[in-house]
Amino acid sequence: MSNFNEIPKETSALGNVKNDPEHKLYDDESHTYLNDHDDHDEQHWIEKYVFSTDHKMISKQYLLTAIVMGVIAMTMSTFFRLQLAWPGKAFPILEVFLGKWAPGGVLDPNMYLALVTIHGTIMVFFVLTGGLSGTFSNLLIPLQIGARDMASGFLNMLSYWFFFISSAIMVASFFIETGPASGGWTVYPPLSALPQAMPGSGLGMTLWLVSMTFFVISSLLGGLNYIVTVINLRTVGMKMTRLPLTIWAFFVTAILGVLSFPVLLSAVVLLIMDRGFGTSFYLSDIFIGGQALEQSGGSPILYEHLFWFLGHPEVYIVLLPALGITSEIVATNSRKPIFGYRAMIGSIIAIAFLSFIVWGHHMFITGMSPFLGSVFVFTTLLIAIPSAVKVFNYISTLWKSNIQYTPAMLFAVGLVSTFITGGLTGIILADSALDINVHDTYFVVAHFHIVMGASAIFGLFAGVYHWFPKMFGRMMNKTLGYVHFWATMIAVYGVFFPMHFLGLAGVPRRYYSIEAFEMFNNLVDINVLITCFAIFGALAQFVFLFNYFYSMYKGPVASANPWKSNTLEWTTPVEHIHGNWHGALPVVHRWAYDYSRPDLENDFMPQTSPLLPHEAEAAH
Amino acid sequence: MVKLIIVVLALAFYAMWQLMNVYNLSRKMKGTLSENSTVKDNELQGKLFVVYFAAFFAFVAWQLIEYGPRLLPESASEHGKITDWLMNLNLIIIAIPFVITHLFLAFFTWKYSGKNGQKAVFYSHNNKLEMIWTIVPAIVLTVIIAYGIKSWNTITALPTEGMQEIELYAQQFNWTARYAGADNKLGPNNYLKIEGANELGILMDSTTSQDDKIVKGEMHIPVGVPVNFKMRSRDVIHSAYMPHFRSQMNCVPGMSTQMHFTPTITTAQMQAKLKNPKFKYVLLCAKICGSSHWNMQMDIVVDTPTDYKKWLAEQKTLAETLLAPAPADSAVVVAAK
Repeated sequence: MSNFNEIPKETSALGNVKNDPEHKLYDDESHTYLNDHDDHDEQHWIEKYVFSTDHKMISKQYLLTAIVMGVIAMTMSTFFRLQLAWPGKAFPILEVFLGKWAPGGVLDPNMYLALVTIHGTIMVFFVLTGGLSGTFSNLLIPLQIGARDMASGFLNMLSYWFFFISSAIMVASFFIETGPASGGWTVYPPLSALPQAMPGSGLGMTLWLVSMTFFVISSLLGGLNYIVTVINLRTVGMKMTRLPLTIWAFFVTAILGVLSFPVLLSAVVLLIMDRGFGTSFYLSDIFIGGQALEQSGGSPILYEHLFWFLGHPEVYIVLLPALGITSEIVATNSRKPIFGYRAMIGSIIAIAFLSFIVWGHHMFITGMSPFLGSVFVFTTLLIAIPSAVKVFNYISTLWKSNIQYTPAMLFAVGLVSTFITGGLTGIILADSALDINVHDTYFVVAHFHIVMGASAIFGLFAGVYHWFPKMFGRMMNKTLGYVHFWATMIAVYGVFFPMHFLGLAGVPRRYYSIEAFEMFNNLVDINVLITCFAIFGALAQFVFLFNYFYSMYKGPVASANPWKSNTLEWTTPVEHIHGNWHGALPVVHRWAYDYSRPDLENDFMPQTSPLLPHEAEAAH
Repeated sequence: MVKLIIVVLALAFYAMWQLMNVYNLSRKMKGTLSENSTVKDNELQGKLFVVYFAAFFAFVAWQLIEYGPRLLPESASEHGKITDWLMNLNLIIIAIPFVITHLFLAFFTWKYSGKNGQKAVFYSHNNKLEMIWTIVPAIVLTVIIAYGIKSWNTITALPTEGMQEIELYAQQFNWTARYAGADNKLGPNNYLKIEGANELGILMDSTTSQDDKIVKGEMHIPVGVPVNFKMRSRDVIHSAYMPHFRSQMNCVPGMSTQMHFTPTITTAQMQAKLKNPKFKYVLLCAKICGSSHWNMQMDIVVDTPTDYKKWLAEQKTLAETLLAPAPADSAVVVAAK
C-alpha cells in the first residue's frame, strides 16, 4: 500500500517503461504480479459491502439505491396517471398501496399532489443526480483516468451514506399521518412554509427539507472528490485533452454541483427557519387559516431566485453525465472517433457556464422586471448553440461508421433523438413572450420530461448496459436489452409528445382533474392515451429489472474488453481488485478515440498502446 | 391483496429466471452464447430505427391533425395576435431541424449498421463544418431572440392612459375581482384589516376605496378597452392564467404584480365563431396552491362597452356593502348558513 495513490513517474522515453521496475507488470520467475494491491487480508463483509471505501462498490451502492428509488417514483407516476385518465374512478390497487389516501380506490387530491411532488423530487435528485453522477462518476473517474481509487475513499463512503440517509428520509415521509411534502418538487413558499396551507406542508415538508439537506451534503462530498481526483490523480500521459468525454462531463458536472448545491442549501435553511423559528425570509402579508400571520416583510420571490440558481444548473447536472456517457458509447459502438472532440469539450464548458446565468427564465411571470426578463431570454437561447453543436457532432459520428447495436448503443441513439425533440421545445419556453401562455402548463411538463427526464434516463440505461461487465464481471442479456429499449422508446414519445398539445390547449400542470373546466372536455381522451403508454412503459422496466438481477448472478462471464473499447477501464482485470490494476498503473499514450485508424488493422487502439514508430498522435 | 400481488410477482420472477437458465444453456450448447451484437442484430436494429422514426413522424402528424383543432381558439386579446404569430413562427423554425436531424438519424442508423468487412472512416473533426453548424444556429437564434424580445417589450409595455383598473385577488381557492369604481382608482389595503365582510382588507376610511366594487364567480371586462389587472394574493402564490387572452401573471403574497391586455372579441362573438353557445372565457390558477388548485376558477365575460357599463352600474360599491349598517336580519341569514 506504500504507493497506493502514487502516479508512476514520467518516463522520458515511453519505450523504457518495460525496463522500469515500477512498470513491470508480471514477474516471470515467481509467477506473481509485482506491486500488487490485493494482497491483504480478506475484508470483513461490512467493510466490503456496506461501509466500503472502494469506488467500485460505492458506485454499485449508488446504482442499486437509485434503481429502488426509480421503481418507487415510477410506480407513483402510474398511480397519478390512473387518476388523470379516469378521474374519480375507483382503482382497488390504489387503496392497496395508498390505504387511507385512496379511500375506496379513489385517489385523494392531497395525495395526488404528494405523488406528483415526490415523483419529481425522487426522479430529479435521487435517480438522475445521485443515480447517474453517483454511479458513473464513481465507477469511471478512477478507472478511466488510471487511478487506484478516489482521492478520498472515506469521504466517498460518507457521500454514499448521506445519500442513503437522505433517500430513506424521503421515502419515510410517506408513512406519517399528514403525508409527504405536496407543494410540487420546487416547494415554493408560502405553500411549503405554512402547515395551514395544505396537509403536506406539515411534518412531511420538514422531512423533505431534512432529506434535501443530507442530499446536498452527499452531493458536495462526492463532487469535491470527483474534482480533486480528476485534477490530481490522472495517470502518466493522461492529459486533459486525452480524457474520455465521460470524464470531462463528470468533471464539469461536479463543478456545477459544488457551485450550485450550496445555494439550494441556503434556500432550504432559510425555509426551515421560516417554518420553525419564526423568521420571515419568504413570508409577507399573509392571512391564512382565519388569521393574519405575524411574520411579515419577506419575499417568496427570494426563494425562487435561490432555488432556480441551483435548479437550472441542476438540469445540466442531470444531463451532462448522460451526454458524456453517450459520447463514449456512440464512439465505441460506431467504431469511429467522436466527431469534434474539442468542440464537444467546448460545448460542455459553454453549457455549464451559461447554465448559471439563465435561472430567471423560470420566473418570467413572477412580476420580475420585463427588462430583466429579456436578458434571461437572451442568455437562455444562447444555450441552444452548444447544444446544437453536440447533436450535430453525434450525428456526424454516425456518418460512415460501422455501428454495433448493443443495447447501450440503442439507448445512446435514443438519447440523441429525445435531446433534439426536447431541446427544440425549450426554444419556445425560453421566449418570454411565448412562455406567458404555456408557463406551468403541460407544455412544460412535456418539454422537461423529454429533454431532461428521458434523455438522462436513457444515458443511465446506456451506461448500465455498457459498463455492467465492468461492474459485475458478467454480461447483460442483449435480447432483453433490445426489448427493453424499444418498449421504452415507444413509451417515451407516446407519453410525452401528446402533452405538448395539452399544454397548447391551456391545461395547467398539477391538476388533480381537468373535468372542472368545460373547455377541457374534449381533451380527456388524450389523457387516456398517455396513461396507456405510461403503464406500458412502466411494465417494460421490469424487463430491465429482471435482466439486471439475473445477469448479476447468471449472466455469461465477461471478457476483459467486451466492446473492444480504447479506454483504461477495460485494461483492469474482470474481477474487482482493490487498487484496480495489478502492478503499476497504466501509462497513456494517446487519446481515447483511436477507432478504425486507416493505418491499423484493428479497429481500435487502447489508450495504453504506445504510438507506433513514425506514428503521429491523431490530430483532434 | 398485497400478499397475492407479491406471490404472483415472485412466481413470475422465478419462472423467468428458470426460462433464462434454459435459454442460456441452449445457447451455450449451440455456441452462440455471446452478448455482443452480431451482424444480424445490427441489421435488424438498424431497420427498426427506420421503422421507428417513420412511425414517430406518423404519430406526430396524426396528433397534429387529431389534436390540432382542439387547441385554444384564436386569441381574444390584442397582444395575443402577436403571441400566436410568434408561436407559429417559432414552431415552424423548430420543426425544420427536428425533421432534418431525425431524417439524418434514421438514415445513418440504418445505412451504417455494422457489417462484416466494413470499416468505419477515421474522421475526427472538420473545423469548417463545425464552424458552419455553430454559426447557422447562432443566426437563427438571433432572429428568434430579436423577434422574441421585441414582442415581449410590446406585450409588457403599459399604455399610458385609458386603462380600466381591476384588482384580481387570489386566495385558496377562489378569485375576487375589485373594480376601481368611478374614480378609476383602487383604494389602499392592508392584510391586517381583513375581517368579516371586508375580505380584501380594504382601508375604508380612504375615499378612493368607497366607490370600489367587488365581484366573485364571474367578472366582466369591456371589449376594446385596455384592462390593467393588479394582482394580489392572500395566502400562497397563485397564478392568474387566462389562456384565451394569452395572458398569465403570478399573484404573490406581499407584493403587487400587474398585467394588462385589451380584449378584442366579446363572449357573444366568440360563441358565434365557435358555434358553441356554452363557450365561456375562464380564469384558472396555474401555480400549485393546495388541494383544490385544480378547481380554482372564475368566469370572464367580455361585454360591449355599453353592456359593461350597465353591468358595472348594477354592482354595489364597498360603501354600500361594508359601511351601510347591515339590516338586522342579515346576521340571522349568515348564522343560518
